[in-house]
Amino acid sequence: MLKIENLKVEIEGKEILKGINLVVNEGEVHAIMGPNGSGKSTLASALAGKNGYEITHGKVIYNGINLLELNPEERAHNGIFLGFQYPVEIPGVSMVNFLKTAINEQRKYRNLQPLSASDFLKLLRDKQELVGLHSKLTNRSVNEGFSGGEKKKNEIFQMAMLEPRLSILDETDSGLDIDALKVVANGVNKLKSPENATIVITHYQRLLDYIIPDFVHVLYKGKIVKSSGKELAIELEEKGYEWIESEMG
Amino acid sequence: MTEVNSIENIKYDIIKLYQDNKNLIDNKVGSKITQLRDKALADFTNLGIPTRKVEAYKYTNLEPVLSGNYSAEFSPDLFKVNLHDVFKCEVPELETHVVLILNGFYYHDNKLSGLPDGVIVSSLAYASVYYPDLFNKHYGSYVDTSEDGMAAMNTFMVQDGVFIYVPKNVMIEKPIQVINLCYTFKNLQITRRNLVIAEEGSDFQLIFCDHTLCKKSYLTNSLTEIYAGENARVDFSRLQNENNLSSQLTHEYIYQLANSNVISNILSLHGGFIRNNVYVKLDGEGAENHTYGLFIGDEKQHVSNFTLVNHAKPNCTSNQLFKGILNDSATGAFNGKIYVSKDAQKTIAYQKNQNILLSPAAKMNSKPQLEIYADDVKCSHGATVGQLDNEALFYLRSRGIPEKEARHLMMYAFANEVVSMIRTENLKERIIDLVDKRLRGDLSKCTECEISCG
Repeated sequence: MLKIENLKVEIEGKEILKGINLVVNEGEVHAIMGPNGSGKSTLASALAGKNGYEITHGKVIYNGINLLELNPEERAHNGIFLGFQYPVEIPGVSMVNFLKTAINEQRKYRNLQPLSASDFLKLLRDKQELVGLHSKLTNRSVNEGFSGGEKKKNEIFQMAMLEPRLSILDETDSGLDIDALKVVANGVNKLKSPENATIVITHYQRLLDYIIPDFVHVLYKGKIVKSSGKELAIELEEKGYEWIESEMG
Repeated sequence: MTEVNSIENIKYDIIKLYQDNKNLIDNKVGSKITQLRDKALADFTNLGIPTRKVEAYKYTNLEPVLSGNYSAEFSPDLFKVNLHDVFKCEVPELETHVVLILNGFYYHDNKLSGLPDGVIVSSLAYASVYYPDLFNKHYGSYVDTSEDGMAAMNTFMVQDGVFIYVPKNVMIEKPIQVINLCYTFKNLQITRRNLVIAEEGSDFQLIFCDHTLCKKSYLTNSLTEIYAGENARVDFSRLQNENNLSSQLTHEYIYQLANSNVISNILSLHGGFIRNNVYVKLDGEGAENHTYGLFIGDEKQHVSNFTLVNHAKPNCTSNQLFKGILNDSATGAFNGKIYVSKDAQKTIAYQKNQNILLSPAAKMNSKPQLEIYADDVKCSHGATVGQLDNEALFYLRSRGIPEKEARHLMMYAFANEVVSMIRTENLKERIIDLVDKRLRGDLSKCTECEISCG
């Protein structure tokens, strides 16, 4: 589904990613772990197409297409979803209008008719229930006045509404208490299917108690330095990132 | 020096125009109007046309606006057209009492019906002659012609406009919609004067729509006095949609007594040059005023808003919100003041101006001011100028919303804070629709005119 080959990314002339290689197949959950500043969020943002991330080298092939040639909305239309580390508050843009526009734009891209008002509302209610998002929140502006936990839940809610094929969750666990963490993890697990894949980016092993990864990768100074099964996360938790640092010299 | 010389010349041209046509100008108006002309002319001679040295006009240069080549007509008989044939309102399906004003003159064939007993909607000139008691009590009472040369000019040049009187405790269900039309085959300067009297406990909505029907240059100097008696409630909206060759100066003088509640909402959608002055005096305890503005400018438009909210009595509330979106090389200005007099304790007054610049050449000047002489007040003011939030744009796009639509959603959300303040539900819906169209670039500059005169 996704094949990243020797990807190098610069921000304002500074090389952050120094040659990433990664293959993600349908049905898989990959965890990318690493200390602060290792390039985890850069990888997520570059895959979603954010401005200001200059690709200096490498390829990203997603379902046979060159992902790097697409703008952010086209990536979304092709099934890429980025769960933001810091979801943005957008005053005045209502959640309902935002979701309706997003869904119908994606449908338009796939040559589907816009959802009827009643179908949309039904979908909204079903997915709210699935992720346990309070209905009062969908009556507000996007993320405005949401607590930290609500914002993260809202990311999973949008993921549920948009049904992406590849979800990249950037530090979705940061700032969450254990209850919110369970809700978020639960949402991700419920949405898992043999056709879609998830990349979970996290600093801590904690989230991986609830979202069981098939693969764990350690990102360090812009490169993936270790890849293994879920046991790697546990080892990292025990030994800390100093272990990687000392191994890398 | 050139600026001074040139603007002095314009001043004398205006005075001469008035003196040469005095008989025609005085032709149909009552004595109160003619009486006030002398003082206004003296004030104008003294003040002149405000230059940028005048604090209130610091960011607005009137010289190029007033030096344009305009003709002037002092007789409405010259404009004999059937407006009902040529004009179609872009605020459709809105049930209103429509009043048409043509080139500053009350249209001879306004078809008003169904207004409650005692309500008067008429020509200003007519009211000055036939309702002298009502008229003389209020006319000229709320404007100070010694403060602004353009208000003085309006006061000596005035011939007509609309007069609205709503008696005590009368509520009008449907809004009164005054449509100001500019419709000639040559460039024209227009003076309009309106007087609105909302007696104690009355309650109504008033909409002014300013339109040009031809692709000619119009220079309009319009002044409206609004009196709100005790407990009166007036919802006032102004919708400016003139062509970009046109220039418009508007002055609103709002005078409020105890517990009155006035909302004034100025929406500047199109127009080459727009200057709006809003003066509010809260002269009775418990009075409440909301002054809002939304301006959307592109190409070389200039939109400037000036406000002065004067808290003269204790326990009054005022709230100002002006928002602007400027593109291309459009320029904007906000110059607003909250004035709290010594005795106006327990004043609550807010003022906010927020602007979005969409292009590097667009420019906004903002100057929010507070002048407070009471010690127990709650006041705040602030201004921001910025761009569309790139993080938010990326967030929307990452969900599959195309960039153009994402920008539109955000601009619309920004503008909507002002539009949502409109208290008349169906009017609000129409305005939302117009603003949406304007932001998409779908709103025509000339309204849907049946005659193509461009």
